Amino acid sequence: MGRVLLVIRLALRDLRRRRAETALLMLTIVAATTTLTLGLVLRDAAAEPYQSTRAATRGPDVVAVSGRPAGLERLAGVSGVTGHSGPYPVLAGRVEASGRAADVQIQGRDATIAAVDQPRVRHGRWIGEGGVVLEAAFAAWLKVGAGDTVSLNGRPFTVAGVAVTAASPPHPRASCVVAAGCVHGAVPAGRDLPATLLRDPGLAWLTRADVRALAPDPGSLSYVMNLKLAHPDQAQAFADRHGGPGSHGGPGGADGAVSLQTWQGILADATELARDSQILLMTGAWLLGLLAVAGLSVLVGGRLADQSRRIGLLKAVGATPGLVAAVLLAGYLLPAVVASAAGLVIGTLTAPLLTEPSAGLVGAAGAAPPGWSTVALVTAAALGVAAVAATVPAVRGARSSTVSALADAPRPPRRTGGLIAFSARLPVPLLLALRLAARRPGRAVLGVAGVAVTVSGLYVLLVLHAFLDGRPGAEAYTAAQAGVLRHVLLVWTVILLCLAAVNALVLTWAMVLDNRHASALARALGATPREMTLALAAAQVLPALAGAVLGVFPGGWALFTAITVVTGGDGGSAPLPGPGRLLVLVGATVLAVAALTTVPAGLGARRPLTTTL
Amino acid sequence: MSLAAPPPVLSARGQRKEYGTGEGLVRAVDGVDLDVGAGETVAITGPSGCGKSTLLHLLGGLDRPSGGEVRLNGRRIDDLGEKALARVRRTEVAYVFQSFHLLEELTAVENVELPALLAGRSPRSARRRALDLLDRLGLAGRARHLPSALSGGQRQRVAVARALSNEPLAVLADEPTGNLDSAATADVLRLFAELRDAGQTLVIVTHDPRVAAAADRAFSMRDGVLAGESGPAGPACGRLAGAEG
Repeated sequence: MGRVLLVIRLALRDLRRRRAETALLMLTIVAATTTLTLGLVLRDAAAEPYQSTRAATRGPDVVAVSGRPAGLERLAGVSGVTGHSGPYPVLAGRVEASGRAADVQIQGRDATIAAVDQPRVRHGRWIGEGGVVLEAAFAAWLKVGAGDTVSLNGRPFTVAGVAVTAASPPHPRASCVVAAGCVHGAVPAGRDLPATLLRDPGLAWLTRADVRALAPDPGSLSYVMNLKLAHPDQAQAFADRHGGPGSHGGPGGADGAVSLQTWQGILADATELARDSQILLMTGAWLLGLLAVAGLSVLVGGRLADQSRRIGLLKAVGATPGLVAAVLLAGYLLPAVVASAAGLVIGTLTAPLLTEPSAGLVGAAGAAPPGWSTVALVTAAALGVAAVAATVPAVRGARSSTVSALADAPRPPRRTGGLIAFSARLPVPLLLALRLAARRPGRAVLGVAGVAVTVSGLYVLLVLHAFLDGRPGAEAYTAAQAGVLRHVLLVWTVILLCLAAVNALVLTWAMVLDNRHASALARALGATPREMTLALAAAQVLPALAGAVLGVFPGGWALFTAITVVTGGDGGSAPLPGPGRLLVLVGATVLAVAALTTVPAGLGARRPLTTTL
Repeated sequence: MSLAAPPPVLSARGQRKEYGTGEGLVRAVDGVDLDVGAGETVAITGPSGCGKSTLLHLLGGLDRPSGGEVRLNGRRIDDLGEKALARVRRTEVAYVFQSFHLLEELTAVENVELPALLAGRSPRSARRRALDLLDRLGLAGRARHLPSALSGGQRQRVAVARALSNEPLAVLADEPTGNLDSAATADVLRLFAELRDAGQTLVIVTHDPRVAAAADRAFSMRDGVLAGESGPAGPACGRLAGAEG
């Protein structure tokens, strides 16, 4: 115990001594853990309103659809069914209101409260003769409310109220319960679909009598029945046993075949956007994790190089290599724990901002705190990032010779003969830049990797923004959903750019510190501060250029392909950036790195010579 | 005939360098006057911490004085900007350091040619000059060796060769034998004697009485002040601080 306390105390002292570095370390980990938390919390957060709605409306475990009521009535008596409502007639129709028109599935209901699926009226009242109730998200899209008039199949109805239900996902993902069939989202160009298919239909409730009166003939109706099961978790098994072909949400045919949709299926459809957001955020979390490792590796390497004398002192007074390694590692793991907690809090608080406004559901998204698994995963990720970055340098430091550590002997630089010979032909700033970069090839590789990861992310962001900006396929999302995804992309962009900027600064400062002796010597031999500033900045810009090019191809292309595969999306429907935009991306990246590195490079190049030499 | 005497290559007047303020004020160099003539070798001796190295840094523009002025070949350099000072260090003064300060990843010849490259010489002429210098200093066979493969004496000779790369007006050496064994010290002393014979102006800060003895003039420094000339008699262009020459 005493040893542990000693390790923590020494680590804390060191952290307090190096506040700026500790802040950078924590900032890096907070960025990665916030994104990871957002990704993990978002799915649960989005599911929360559906679960609330299901509880509040006595939502069905299975929704059965058929072309004839007889097939459905049989299900009411099947073993495992504990309650039901319906069958209710459903008619495919067209609604017009406020200058907008849409396809709609009109369900005939009783004025009394049903045993299963009790749509909760949010505004107005439940159905009556001549009054229609609209599903809340659909009503919001139509921009109508209680008291307004809408036209259903050309006949005027007063909107009695708007309600939410758990028997169907909110508009525009409403379950298809009409015999005509439905299509959701964008229709790929060149695909010839039947004209009778309903496109993104909404849901409306009328009295049974009104539905029958609207139907041109009884054969145009389909029927829906809501079932409660003894074991809701086994709804899919029930559906597999009792459903006909297409029992995963497709409409029942006119021949009496029954299709069944489980509540889990409805939940998945209701949270589809959240799933897409989650995939984006998890991809972002991975990118940020990689960036964090790259940034932390440099930070840790530079910091440990600066700590060699302290290591020597600890060893000189009797600390074992194990204890020294533990102290060094604790100096990174302790901030990582704090940063993961901060990331969890920020991610949890931000998650509701990234979920769709749930007009069609009860309750607010993201009210639930993250589960233990999320907490454990985020903490483990933070510790993992810190450990990956710090373990090798810490062990190397702990195993260094006490005498050389006390003498603060720097790690010998790498010699790259060909590059040194080549650089002799270049102007002084480039000569120095190439030689400085070549002294630590590992760090140059980290610089290339960091920029490549950032540019890969930016490439994907460009593609996704173009996708959401109404080009082919963008109709897959409503304006509100596209808005939510844009928020997700914005969060991703901001965090990615912040972390990339921090990395560029850290890399430059580490290079300045590591090369302070070589820089001072070059100045003592006649290099001007401006030449040295340019050299230190160029030593970052050259790897950045390589990283930016690699980040566009294969980096960005591969990342987008991976996201397309994971989401099951149609990558071909997204317009890829043209050569002009890619050139701008590469150029802007290089300029940004140059601008970011000039300040620390300038500070480094103006350090007093005599204190270094 | 002081009027006929050539102007000094290096001239310091009232050189001061102070650190800290109030009670913590330290006067590392306190009102030093010094003239070094062309082709002259001047040694500055004294205990550790007396301000020798600081004075050397001030003379070559590596550091800025708190007061006083420094002239190089008649031109005042203490008020120059960093860029102009870098040009001075590039072509007019050169340093030899106690711990050699060779870049570990560069071979001997690459280290020697570096100042020439920084001065804008072509790679070919910089390399030719570097190889020539190494040959003159007896290191032709070691030109492609990294510093880690050289002895202490050889490293210091490489450092001297580097200092001579741009044919400076003056070479300022800070404890050039401080890290060397006696054989290597003798080696470097021979080298400095050759440089002196070749007319190279040298200012050497040293603990080593043998180095001081080989100089045209040697000054003793104490508490930031040049306390007295202790070397062989020479042209009377060096002055004790506060004394008339």
